[in-house]
Amino acid sequence: MASYSTNEFKGGLKIILDNDPCSIIENEFVKPGKGQAFSRVKIRNLKTGRVIERTFKSSESVEAADVVEIEMQFLYNDGEFWHFMVPDTFEQYSADEKALGDAKIWLKDQDVCTVTLWNDQPLSITPPNFVELTITETDPGLKGDTSGGGGKPATLETGAVVRVPLFVQIGELIKVDTRKGEYVGRSKE
Amino acid sequence: MLGDQRNNSDLFWGPSCSLEILQLRAQVYASIRAFFKHRCVLEVETPLLSQASGTEPTIQFFETHDQSGLKQQALFLQTSPEFAMKRLLAASSGSIFQLCKAFRQGEVGRFHNSEFTLLEWYRVGFDLEALMEETAELLVTLLPSLANQKTLKVPYKAVFKDAVGVDPLLASVTDFSAAADRFELPDAKSICGQDRSTWLDFLFSCVVQPVLVNTPLVMVYDYPACQASLARLKRDDKTVCERFEVFVKGIELGNGFLELTDPVEQNRRFDREIAHRQQRGLPAVVKDQRLIAALEKGLPHCSGIALGIDRLLMLRAGVDDISEVLSFGFGRA
Repeated sequence: MASYSTNEFKGGLKIILDNDPCSIIENEFVKPGKGQAFSRVKIRNLKTGRVIERTFKSSESVEAADVVEIEMQFLYNDGEFWHFMVPDTFEQYSADEKALGDAKIWLKDQDVCTVTLWNDQPLSITPPNFVELTITETDPGLKGDTSGGGGKPATLETGAVVRVPLFVQIGELIKVDTRKGEYVGRSKE
Repeated sequence: MLGDQRNNSDLFWGPSCSLEILQLRAQVYASIRAFFKHRCVLEVETPLLSQASGTEPTIQFFETHDQSGLKQQALFLQTSPEFAMKRLLAASSGSIFQLCKAFRQGEVGRFHNSEFTLLEWYRVGFDLEALMEETAELLVTLLPSLANQKTLKVPYKAVFKDAVGVDPLLASVTDFSAAADRFELPDAKSICGQDRSTWLDFLFSCVVQPVLVNTPLVMVYDYPACQASLARLKRDDKTVCERFEVFVKGIELGNGFLELTDPVEQNRRFDREIAHRQQRGLPAVVKDQRLIAALEKGLPHCSGIALGIDRLLMLRAGVDDISEVLSFGFGRA
């Protein structure tokens, strides 16, 4: 079993803590000149997303987590699982709703997203920063209003709801920033 | 994949600090030398590579071997110039100071670099009070931000009790453990176990030091006897020792002792620490018999302190990573 010493701790390192995969956010080495050394570490639990603070005795060893991030293409959702493929190898993975989390409202077939694998199983999915989706439902806009002030809710083909300017209509393709869930603009296509 | 995470070699050739900070370091060295010249304290130089090592279980040394002779000889990079400087004192050097490198394995972080610069000085005839006074004067000279600021002097017991809520000398391990729970430090119990000294280090680092961040300059004195290191125990109260530490804005800058001069007690402390090292499976040490011999000949009544010059430069320059005051930080050395 691979492991790390606290001396190797740094941002981005993946470790197992209380049986869960975690990512180190930052590590502060603390040592009184004549005393015992400690590592005070900020850690994100990759399963729950929760950030916690922990302390380790210096040079203690901690189990490494086999966590990797791979770019994959989203294929389809069969109702229960979301299926992804590694473009280079055609290797396929299926993720459940829990792993999808918030990503599920943004994904359209063919989108390339980042899949985090833990022991070769999808742990979480990060959608592309920008996606292009078609509006399936929104109130008709006022004629002549191109200012975009105010805005209105619009439902997209994946079910996500974003605020769009009044002039944007049903059937239009728009660009959305998935990190903030915000309308960016009409798509050029 | 795990191998990739380890591979963080930074191949950039340039320095990790700015040219302004190189100049600032040179200025600070010049001010230190002027300060001691004015006070007739002699600048000395002692070996960095030594045949003996320190014994403290919490300080790990770098060891190398001279293989040029028939018999391989172990040599140690000094973790502090203390032993060699005390041998000079025993040889009647009078008050001395040294600006030098010291090396400690595994100490790398925002405030630590495995190779670092110490200013260490010894004052013959000084008690701890006088040394605290002189340390404050030097710090005010080197750190303009301390001008017109009051130097706070507090016993360890008081500063610990104020921040943690328990008496560091009297509290039981159960009391320490309850305090750790109050401060939401769940790992304390498994790290410290039944070891009082580790409990003190843990709570001081995690609870007391963050409180000191708002204090410009504080000297904490009367350390618990279990943390005496090379300090004398206090004559009228054997539960504490003649040791103080200096903190500027919560950053530990230096550690001073009224020096232990009794060779028998020194030898006993060495043996106790060597036993600790064996228990914990730490690398074996070569006890410094020459220091013991020097103490037998007679170390004058003196006080000494070591200041971390890199941290002092961090404070002076207002940067928050030690590599920013080093020509080449450990990751680029």
